[in-house]
Amino acid sequence: MSRGGARQPYDGVVAAVPVTVPYERYSHQSAHWWVGRAMKALAQASGLKPDEIDGFCVSSFSLLPDTAVGLTQHLGLCPRWLDHIPMGGASGVVALRRATRAVQAGDAEVVACVAGDTNQISSFKNMLTSFSRFSQDASFPYGSGGPNANFALMTKAFMNRYGTSREAFGQVCVDQRDSALAIPFAMMKKPLTLEQYLNARIIADPLRLFDCVMPCAGAEGFLVMREETARALKLPAVQVLSTIERHNAFSADPIQLRGGWEMDRDELWSQAGVSPDAVDLLQTYDDYPVICAMQMEDLGFCEKGGVDEFIRGHTMTCDGSFPHNTSGGQLSTGQAGAAGGYIGLVEALRQLTGQALGKQVPDARVAVVSGFGMINFDRGVCTAAAVLAGPGKAAGVEAAAA
Amino acid sequence: MTAPLARPPRKNPQRRSRVATIPPRPRSRVALAFSARAARGEFQLQVCADCGAVAYPPRDACARCWSVDLRWQPMEPAGELLALSVLDSSTNVYFRQRMPWRVGTVRLAADVSVLAHVHSDVAEGDKVRMIARTDKAGQGVLMALPVEETPHMDDDPQLRELTCSPRHRRVLLTDIRSSVAQALIPMLKESGAAIIFAGLAEPWKQNDAVTVAVADECVQLAELNVTDTGSVRECAASIGHKVDILINTASHVRPGGALDQPLVEARREMETNYFGLLRLLQYFAPVMRSRGADGANSATCWTNLLSVYARSSWPAYATSSASQAAALSLAQAARAEFVGSGVKVMNVFHGPLEDPWYEPVSPPLVTPAKLASVTVKGLCEGLEEAVAGDIATDVVNRWREDPGVLEFELQHEREVD
Amino acid sequence: MGALSALAAAMADGTVRTVDLTFTLDPDFPVLVLPQELGQCEPFRVEEVSRYDARGPGWYWQNFTCNEHTGTHFDAPIHWISGRDLPNNSVDTIPVERFVAPAVVADFSAECAADEDFVLTAAHVKAWENTHGKIVAGSWFLFRTDWSKRDPAAYINLREDGAHSPGPDAGALEYLIHEAGIVGFGVETIGTDAGQGEHFDPPHPAHLLLHGNNRYGLQCLRNLDQLPPVGAMLICAPLKIKQGSGSPLRVLALVEEQA
Repeated sequence: MSRGGARQPYDGVVAAVPVTVPYERYSHQSAHWWVGRAMKALAQASGLKPDEIDGFCVSSFSLLPDTAVGLTQHLGLCPRWLDHIPMGGASGVVALRRATRAVQAGDAEVVACVAGDTNQISSFKNMLTSFSRFSQDASFPYGSGGPNANFALMTKAFMNRYGTSREAFGQVCVDQRDSALAIPFAMMKKPLTLEQYLNARIIADPLRLFDCVMPCAGAEGFLVMREETARALKLPAVQVLSTIERHNAFSADPIQLRGGWEMDRDELWSQAGVSPDAVDLLQTYDDYPVICAMQMEDLGFCEKGGVDEFIRGHTMTCDGSFPHNTSGGQLSTGQAGAAGGYIGLVEALRQLTGQALGKQVPDARVAVVSGFGMINFDRGVCTAAAVLAGPGKAAGVEAAAA
Repeated sequence: MTAPLARPPRKNPQRRSRVATIPPRPRSRVALAFSARAARGEFQLQVCADCGAVAYPPRDACARCWSVDLRWQPMEPAGELLALSVLDSSTNVYFRQRMPWRVGTVRLAADVSVLAHVHSDVAEGDKVRMIARTDKAGQGVLMALPVEETPHMDDDPQLRELTCSPRHRRVLLTDIRSSVAQALIPMLKESGAAIIFAGLAEPWKQNDAVTVAVADECVQLAELNVTDTGSVRECAASIGHKVDILINTASHVRPGGALDQPLVEARREMETNYFGLLRLLQYFAPVMRSRGADGANSATCWTNLLSVYARSSWPAYATSSASQAAALSLAQAARAEFVGSGVKVMNVFHGPLEDPWYEPVSPPLVTPAKLASVTVKGLCEGLEEAVAGDIATDVVNRWREDPGVLEFELQHEREVD
Repeated sequence: MGALSALAAAMADGTVRTVDLTFTLDPDFPVLVLPQELGQCEPFRVEEVSRYDARGPGWYWQNFTCNEHTGTHFDAPIHWISGRDLPNNSVDTIPVERFVAPAVVADFSAECAADEDFVLTAAHVKAWENTHGKIVAGSWFLFRTDWSKRDPAAYINLREDGAHSPGPDAGALEYLIHEAGIVGFGVETIGTDAGQGEHFDPPHPAHLLLHGNNRYGLQCLRNLDQLPPVGAMLICAPLKIKQGSGSPLRVLALVEEQA
């Protein structure tokens, strides 16, 4: 089936106001409380009043029995555009993708995109037990390792197939830790050496302690609005050059060695009008380093199977040759539930607008944000990615196009 | 190679016995169909009747053509272990207590990938033989085994969690006068049973076969009369805490229709087959339930030997069928009450036995030895349902196909030769 | 002083002693074993209804079930086909004065110890009378074998050809019924007939002749060794079961102490 023509650009719409509610290891509060704090932060940072936000999009695992609908009443919102995105690690990019089109089409003026989750003592286990029907029926009964077990098997298969070394995965983690040391609320506060990474205690062979994220509570958010609105509010803003989204790709693969990005990456780059080597920073979804490696390959930063060499050929810190997960990512900052699907996007917005919480990537103008979500059974189902441009780069791209 | 399981030491009275915990139990309704088949040891998956695609995990609609006509069919139990992980961490207490735990991704011959428990003699990249069994939660799971038998492979700790192997365990046969019980003794010994308690009612009735049976060094006599509440209570008080496997061999059967069976005989059938089971459950099951995770010789299986006519009445044996149906109903409830304890309930269905009370029935009758071997095999494999003999297999198949038709058919099997 | 006052005084001062001739009703006590295709005697069974618990906080009681011929029991004439048409032949219609009667005890325990299939004949009875005097009409004839002292397996004494225990032949019974005029025949064994009585001529002579002549049977008695050969008074009233063929009962003997 051929595509019905070229995709419309995201002209005239921007993302702005990156907010993060500082993470906590455990919280006795509800998801509503964390989302409420993110909304307050968005209003304070933008100067907008609640009734000026007419679009609302939320992602959360611990909101049950409520949905975005319940939150409108709970938070006194009266939106004319409402969405609820249950895509875990792909939620941020997908929220951006939908909100941008809504604003572009005039269905909403300002959309607040928020993800937040609490982490009560038992909420991680409860979330796993009722995660999906397939995981309940065919995955959880096998050791109840949760994502650790799934990613252990994927990592094993990936290493077996491509010969990727634990040292390469380790370098991803070590470099992210360097970035996280500047984030005050990061779960991980000490530097990490490759030796510590390699010798940590086994969680699910071949995964060891520092391959895994620490669940925590937190919230992330941003606003999507017309470019002129952002300008009027004097908000530094980011342009969306292109996005992709794909679900249940390559379902015939015996075990996941690649994600849906591989199906759509040509379109991602051609719509953006840039190539991978123009990218200043990459934010991958990083619940385990294998998935970072897979995204680097499948988005085209290196050849399939070449990620070991690619990683070893770079330094991935903020001041390195390939800045990656520049706020420390989930591996060092923590996994705040669905906010883990926002962390990379919110960080990219900060870096591109010069508002880094931690270390600033010098001359950050083009960023790629990638999402990966929902181990429904044995593999991640949702993939998404976006190419974003900061104020300087956007002007440059327009000039080049003209 | 699996290390052979050593005989468990005697209990340390200063240690608390491990409390039974279970793997995750919730399943979708469709997945229960997988569990029901796993309980019989059958490895079946859904196959789309319209396009032939194999569906896994269990689905309500075909992922290839959206047909909702998905039918459970036997699968070739073959596959290859694509990836193996040894878990050292789990969110579930049952698994935490049993770390490390081997799981893997298996590509089945049917071209679908499954997660499975993995036997310790299987390595990444190996061809494997798949089995479907119920786990300690009573739900169906898959396990990848070596294709060829390996030494002591049944002693693999993860496999032993799925089976009810008599090895190092203590077995109670509730009525040693039954010819099946006598046939069970050598087979249970062969499977490694540590002690066989032989229940004996009315010891004042001499019987040569019983004398021979209880002369075995493995066999300990236990006075037990399932029709006498006091006897059951006293027997349970004496040996109940040592019974790891209970096989209810007590049975009373008389030919006769509903219109002509003397009430006293019908009542005796109920007293033995129904109330006998109920008495055993009330006095033996609570202590077994408390010992479901009690080390390598934990309580593991409650076994009922039931006439296949518990499923649908055989009018020639009307009151017997009714008492067996009552016992089956009770066994179903008992299975639910054992949930969470790690103790399985296995029903072994048999047809008419080679026994004086089935004498006018024409062959193929099932021999006591056959029923005994199916029972022991069922324990070794960890089944919850087994079928012994050609008649029982035939009746069970017809019952699964259409119980309504079977009822009509059995009306015409009223006459015995 | 009236007869009963005299009796009461004698019982009070110990001159008259009460002896219990009854086995305890116990699920483990053997019952008659018949060929398997025949109807069987139900053993004694008991189920607790409450015992100072939630089922009845202040009281304890039980349901019990058994056959009319379980444990120490009374046989009425209606029990046997030979007595089925006689008047007053069931436990509820037997005249109550028959339940209190003198008893003679004939001790053949030594003979039975020597021969478990010992058969009591008319000659044995007559020889006993020669020693102890004529049996008074209306007496119970109690056949002492010491069988009640055996353990359960030896008591029922089952072998492949059936039970082996002592009992009377037809001649003994013809004599006891028609010459001595006994009210009934009491034994320690599980039946009034010998274990092998089925093979006697006629079969089961005790049941056939006793009940055919409106006489009674008592089975599973014990403590007969505590009774004198002559002079005991037996109290043996069965339960008043409608059309009952027999009943478990408490059998008591009043015994006068030798001065």
